[in-house]
Amino acid sequence: MPILALKNISKRFGTHKALDGVTLMVEPGEVVAIIGRSGSGKTTLLRCINGLEKPDSGIIDFDGKPVELTRKGLKMLRREIAIVFQSYNLFPHLTVERNITLGPTAAKGMAFPAAQLLARKVLRMVDLEDKIGAYPQQLSGGQQQRVAIARALAMEPRLVLFDEITAALDPELIGEVIRVLDRLARDGMTMVLVTHEMGFARNSADTVVFMHQGRIREKGPPSKLFGSPATIELASLMNAILPFDPATEHSKPHH
Amino acid sequence: MGRSFGIPEFLYLLKAIPWTLLLSLGAFLGGALVGLFIAILRIVPSRPVRWLAVGYIELFQGTPVLMQLFVVYYGIAVLYNLHVDAWSAVLIAFSLYSGAFLVEIWRGSIQAIPRPQWEAAACLSLSFPKQLWHVILPQAARISIPPTVGFAVQLIKSTSIASIIGFVELTRAGQLMTNATFQPMIIYPIVAGLYFVLCWPLSLAAQTLERRIDANLGIKKHL
Repeated sequence: MPILALKNISKRFGTHKALDGVTLMVEPGEVVAIIGRSGSGKTTLLRCINGLEKPDSGIIDFDGKPVELTRKGLKMLRREIAIVFQSYNLFPHLTVERNITLGPTAAKGMAFPAAQLLARKVLRMVDLEDKIGAYPQQLSGGQQQRVAIARALAMEPRLVLFDEITAALDPELIGEVIRVLDRLARDGMTMVLVTHEMGFARNSADTVVFMHQGRIREKGPPSKLFGSPATIELASLMNAILPFDPATEHSKPHH
Repeated sequence: MGRSFGIPEFLYLLKAIPWTLLLSLGAFLGGALVGLFIAILRIVPSRPVRWLAVGYIELFQGTPVLMQLFVVYYGIAVLYNLHVDAWSAVLIAFSLYSGAFLVEIWRGSIQAIPRPQWEAAACLSLSFPKQLWHVILPQAARISIPPTVGFAVQLIKSTSIASIIGFVELTRAGQLMTNATFQPMIIYPIVAGLYFVLCWPLSLAAQTLERRIDANLGIKKHL
């Protein structure tokens, strides 16, 4: 049974159709990479999953039950679904440790000493245990983003959403974040990522979803989408992103 | 000429300082209460109540505090045939006045916190009050220090207006000594200097507090 089921989700912003009948299933342990040009609705779709945006129509099931978009329903949902943002959104007035322990203590009622142990554990997973006492401004962008990942993991979620989490980073800092993602994917975390990192999508995703103009145009294993894109839109995106990659040279769509 | 400005006169001025401070402190605390109340009115679902709150803010920000003081001091006496003593009148008037400013300063500070901070807090499954308490208010408090202290300094100086209805604070004490000695050019600069001595440490303390918070958070000032 899929842990997450999006059924026929539509969302408008004014006259702009951001999402146009999107249906997507995510199995436990699956790593889904959503790719597409900016404005294709990827981020809106991701934000609908944990209620940051309200779909105009459609059904979202999590763990077999329909998601209630009430204050209480969302609070419960967000114990299970964590999110990591493009701009990290760490709390600048709190130390790394307090950033991480806030959710478990204030939302889930965990005792502080237990939350501290948990903070160390998740920081080890992102190789930042030594920064536990630092404030966010004292860290590099890559480190901040890894703390944000640790903060999400500390909620012990069953699904983690990643919204273009390397897009705001300097190129030389992307690798350290991708390595953490790779490790999580290998460890069996269920993940949905909006990403421009085609290397990650190709190597670590189980499923790649290509969105265009608010719809899912292609979906399948990375070898299929990257190897032989079925739509001209995906092929042109590939060419735009990987112009010199010989692996995609022979993969023009077949008409 | 009779009396001239000397030590006793100076001591008389000094003895008025506690009244200026007490009035300022009372008006600030009263204003904080009024401000909190108006802030709540501003966010209730009922639209007329929200308009009432906005109307209050506009009215008290847009009229001179002296007029507000007259209305409280004389108006209540005339309308309700109720004598309000000078101390109560100035305390009420300045509380109403400062409330209208403090509520807007603090609202602005909260609104200055970027929306993603709310979202990040909500995504940690925090309830609205907890988002506010753990994430938004601490950051808003830091932002609100300079304008709040700036207003407090304004307020200390504004309390000189209370002298007009005969409430003896620093300015009124200066007037009385001037009447006794006919030496305004000595007394008023001293009075002004005493206000400065009250206000300046406040500004300094605020700057120190800001610097300390920023240093704590590892923020480097790029100036």
